[in-house]
Amino acid sequence: MTVALNISGLKKTYKNGVEAVKSIDLKVNKGDFFALLGPNGAGKSTTIGVIASLVNKSQGKVEIFGHDIDTHLELAKAELGLVPQEFNFSMFETLNNILVTQAGYYGVPRAEAFKRAEKYLKQLELFDKKDMAARTLSGGMKRRLMIARALMHNPKLLILDEPTAGVDIELRRSMWQFLKELNEQGVTIILTTHYLEEAEMLCKNIAIIDKGVIVEDTSMKALLAKLDKETIILDLKKPVNDVNMNGYDFKMTDDHTLEVDIMKSQGLNQIFEQLSAQNNTVLSMRNKSNRLEELFISLLDKNKVAQEGNA
Amino acid sequence: MDFSGNFIALKSIWIKECIRFLRIWVQTLVPPAITMSLYFVIFGNLIGSRIGDMSGFSYMEFIVPGLIMMSVITNSYSNVASAFYSTKFQKSIEELLVSPVPNYIIVLGYMGGGMTRGLFVGLIVTCVSMFFVDIQIHNLVVIVLTVFLTSAVFSLAGLINAIFANSFDDISIIPTFILTPLTYLGGVFYSITLLPEFWQNVSQINPIIYMVNAFRFGFLGYTDVNLTVAFTVLITFITVLFLTALTLIKKGIGLRH
Repeated sequence: MTVALNISGLKKTYKNGVEAVKSIDLKVNKGDFFALLGPNGAGKSTTIGVIASLVNKSQGKVEIFGHDIDTHLELAKAELGLVPQEFNFSMFETLNNILVTQAGYYGVPRAEAFKRAEKYLKQLELFDKKDMAARTLSGGMKRRLMIARALMHNPKLLILDEPTAGVDIELRRSMWQFLKELNEQGVTIILTTHYLEEAEMLCKNIAIIDKGVIVEDTSMKALLAKLDKETIILDLKKPVNDVNMNGYDFKMTDDHTLEVDIMKSQGLNQIFEQLSAQNNTVLSMRNKSNRLEELFISLLDKNKVAQEGNA
Repeated sequence: MDFSGNFIALKSIWIKECIRFLRIWVQTLVPPAITMSLYFVIFGNLIGSRIGDMSGFSYMEFIVPGLIMMSVITNSYSNVASAFYSTKFQKSIEELLVSPVPNYIIVLGYMGGGMTRGLFVGLIVTCVSMFFVDIQIHNLVVIVLTVFLTSAVFSLAGLINAIFANSFDDISIIPTFILTPLTYLGGVFYSITLLPEFWQNVSQINPIIYMVNAFRFGFLGYTDVNLTVAFTVLITFITVLFLTALTLIKKGIGLRH
């Protein structure tokens, strides 16, 4: 399997002494849709900055499609497209100019660059704004512009740092669809996001980073299989003052709503049976939180305890 | 990237820079035309007529090359200083830093943008000066070479200023406290032969003396300095400033954390 991104022994200490990345080893295979998750300040953006050569690393090795950024930086950069977290284009330039100029930086001739700009602006529903200054765009449009810009040189590896932050749900879903199609066309994608349902829906593999170290690196399926408990919320038809749920931990949040913890070994059938026996009906049910969110929190808690233990 | 890719990248930076200064032409092209017109009217016509000849030429004829050069110097410098610092400020410099554009192409691209604006403004000021004086040309090659090399020197200097700058104030300090005094004391308005010998010798350390005088020689055939020394100074400055800018960008000073 070709490796799209290979990071080994990566460390980054800033001049002010902050150790943003303590030690990271990470491998992302070609064609993967990979989630890099972590709380704010975990070291995600620093890691991405090093990969994109915006941040000088203190130690370690980074290879993009086999090109070492220390020895073959230009080849490595040519394979990479970056959608950063913050808007980083000139607000006074038109969309067309931003895209065509960016393509030029990768040696794409202007005539071809204009064609690609038209293609991506249409795909991302920005074509009617092509001659407008970037500052006139809404937040969601600016994010889409950065995606179009990152694709102008047809990169093999696309890194998106919180691409849907602040984007409404409808637009977010259309961006998910666009990214899925891009991945199906063979582009390897690395995504960081705080929307865990986004990572769960899109990504095949996942790494969780906390305090500068990787605390989990596995497939999404394997990670979700580790979840041993889920909390579901049941909306009941009849008000209840006293309900009995043998074998389950539960609590009433109000007289129509029941929160039940279900262990992996348990099923849902018995819950419904017990409520039916008590002449009640379940009107609807939902997960209290996203499954990945529960795992995410528990992994961060474990890492906190481990680090406190080491200290 | 291969040669053709690098050339496309260079052209992209240059076109972007040209679009930028042409888009804001009211701020970039009109003010020098107005300022220089005032210089021509006040120093050339009103005061100049009382000053009389300078080194055998009317005062207006004498100052025109210097004023053209002054506008080239100021505009080449400020174009690159403000353009490059703005890209840092808006973080759009990251567009270049993540791309495979070699560092020397980045330096050449911004230098090209600064030179284009400097030469453009120089041409405008030359056209304006034609309303006040009959322009004569003694040596076109010297004129072209001097103006190209001078605009290159100050574009590179502006780039280095912008690399170090951490605020918009930082890109105005050098022009205000160093560039303007050196230009005014650089023989734009007078021949250094008018100065006492001590100050003539002190003036020799001002690089702008060589640029203004070489340029004036191209128009009038008169210079206070040796032309070989003038071109040696220009080429030395370009080499040193280019290598300095290249090293700073390579090390990521002010650009990478």
